[in-house]
Amino acid sequence: MIRFIVRRIAQSIPTLLAVITVSFFLMRLAPGGPFDLERPLAPAAMENLRRVYGLDRPLIVQFGSYLASLAHGDLGPSFSFRDMRVLDLIARGLPVSATLGGLALLLAAGLGVGLGVAAALQRGGAIDRLLGIGAALTVSLPSFVVAPLLQIAFGLSLRWLPLSGWGDGAPSHLVLPVVTLALPQVGALARLTRASLGEVLRTQPVRTMRSLGLPPMRVTRHALRGALLPVVAYLGPLAASLLTGSVVVETIFGLPGIGRYFVEGALNRDYTLVMGTVLLVAGLVIALNLLADLACAWLDPRLRVAT
Amino acid sequence: MAAPRPARGIFTRLVRMRSALAALAVLILIALACLVGPGLTGHDADRAYPDLRQLPAGLAAQPDAAHLGPALERLAFRMRVRLEAVVRDGDTLRLTLGSDAGVDRRSLVYLPRSGLFGTPAITEERDGGRSLVVTVPIRSLHFLLGTDVQGRDLLTRCLTAGRVSLAIGLAASLVALLVGVAYGATAGFLGGVIDAAMMRFVDVLYALPFVFFVILLLVFFRPSLTLMLVAIAAVEWLDMARVVRAQTLSLRERDFVRAAQALGVGAPGIITRHIVPNTLGPVAVTATLLVPQVILLESFLSFLGLGVQEPQTSWGVLVADGARSIEAAPHMLAAPALFLIATLVALNLFGDGLADALDPQAG
Repeated sequence: MIRFIVRRIAQSIPTLLAVITVSFFLMRLAPGGPFDLERPLAPAAMENLRRVYGLDRPLIVQFGSYLASLAHGDLGPSFSFRDMRVLDLIARGLPVSATLGGLALLLAAGLGVGLGVAAALQRGGAIDRLLGIGAALTVSLPSFVVAPLLQIAFGLSLRWLPLSGWGDGAPSHLVLPVVTLALPQVGALARLTRASLGEVLRTQPVRTMRSLGLPPMRVTRHALRGALLPVVAYLGPLAASLLTGSVVVETIFGLPGIGRYFVEGALNRDYTLVMGTVLLVAGLVIALNLLADLACAWLDPRLRVAT
Repeated sequence: MAAPRPARGIFTRLVRMRSALAALAVLILIALACLVGPGLTGHDADRAYPDLRQLPAGLAAQPDAAHLGPALERLAFRMRVRLEAVVRDGDTLRLTLGSDAGVDRRSLVYLPRSGLFGTPAITEERDGGRSLVVTVPIRSLHFLLGTDVQGRDLLTRCLTAGRVSLAIGLAASLVALLVGVAYGATAGFLGGVIDAAMMRFVDVLYALPFVFFVILLLVFFRPSLTLMLVAIAAVEWLDMARVVRAQTLSLRERDFVRAAQALGVGAPGIITRHIVPNTLGPVAVTATLLVPQVILLESFLSFLGLGVQEPQTSWGVLVADGARSIEAAPHMLAAPALFLIATLVALNLFGDGLADALDPQAG
């Protein structure tokens, strides 16, 4: 098992390197720079700034020094937030995004898997039929439509919840963004669980258990273990995308999370901030996929042999 | 738990199929409306009526009494005349215009130019040209879904936006489909080291934060339709490649493929003649479910201002406009959002129905 983990981590290094290389050169190839203001700077001042941040050196040298500082765990200074390190900015934004994403993940997984199981156990029942339309509907509701609607309904008309802002993580500020993030995933997870559990319930071992007279609850529990495999595999990338924050949700609700920093960084040509956030996202995707694979191996002994 | 009765299973499938057929009908309707609709609404997508901004949706003919007064005030100001009398007689207006320096007749052109009135006719001239009596027909305009901030007809804009959104959805899906099928079939058929290497590459791409890359690409280089198409297709072909490869792996061992190999057919021939046609079922399902994803990604990018740019428009652009003025004019969000959501739901339902129809075991 440990060898498997080590190998997977080693395999992820080329991926991360590819991410770094592509985003580094992509940004430098693009026109414009971090110090392009609406009123152009004096050439001498521009020259000085570029020297201070090391932008006057050849690209390949800059790339090397970025890699070197990265090896020390330093993501460099931010170009647009004066006197801030990228690490500090990420340390500020990540808790916001992670709180939102974590809660949304819990909500989506709980509700989605629950509904999916209910639908699979009662084929053709009320929940099952509701899910047919409901899942397609929630999957199709774009967050940028849901968010303003929720704001209008609960923020403006009913005045139950604040419209936007972080409010130092007060629960009332979290409700709308978390619901917006979780909603499309509830449908997707419910559909996945329903299909997967439905398949497992038709397999021979489950029929045998039933014919031996095991109580339905125990049968379901056994079946669920196998049925959760594709769900868990789906949860890995889902968790990564939720935890690193949805750019749209953070923009609409004015939340100071990773997604906001990324978009602002990209618009301001803040090379290091963009690199930092992209790297963070890539790292999280890889780590959470690994976690999902490990969870799958725990659920299904056959996968352990293969690894 | 009792096994489901067969009758109920058939009933459920019938209901699902019916929902799939209804979804298909909705899709055809929306596509047709987008294709021919903009010519039938009576408005140009770019035609702005500055006096009729943010009208709510409705059947009433415009300009109504509430908008006529302010519109005339604005026009009189432009024409540098005083409105001395306004008499409405059915569909025509009798205006008495006055100006100490004499009414300039050329300024009458402002009346039809506003889009609200027909051609004016001078009926009487008083005080040596310092006062002019003009009759002008009031046009009867209809804005079924209201107008936007600039006073453009929202229905026309939704329909022309639909053209762009649907075209991008189909085009990007087609590219992703071709790339994914070719890649997956090749990897699955050749097998061995090549397959392992090719699928490892797909795994690596899966781990990339692609949406972030697309945003980067569009922020740093100027957003354009082509760039967005390429970017979206580059993200979306991965699922297709996986599906086709899995299918190919099992097809490869089937007798008809073996027979073709024994007859000396080369790999390209087998892939195009025997493998790809047999993967069409799952491919069709995946492709149907791919289109809504692409449309969603496109409108997401357009919402952020990185996708389709003015003067072109897409549902994402219109939704973004609507979200900005949601307090003053909620219909501006509702109209394009309904088009977008209806299309996405219909595509998803149709894809689900297709999957069920092709896989009789599930359902």
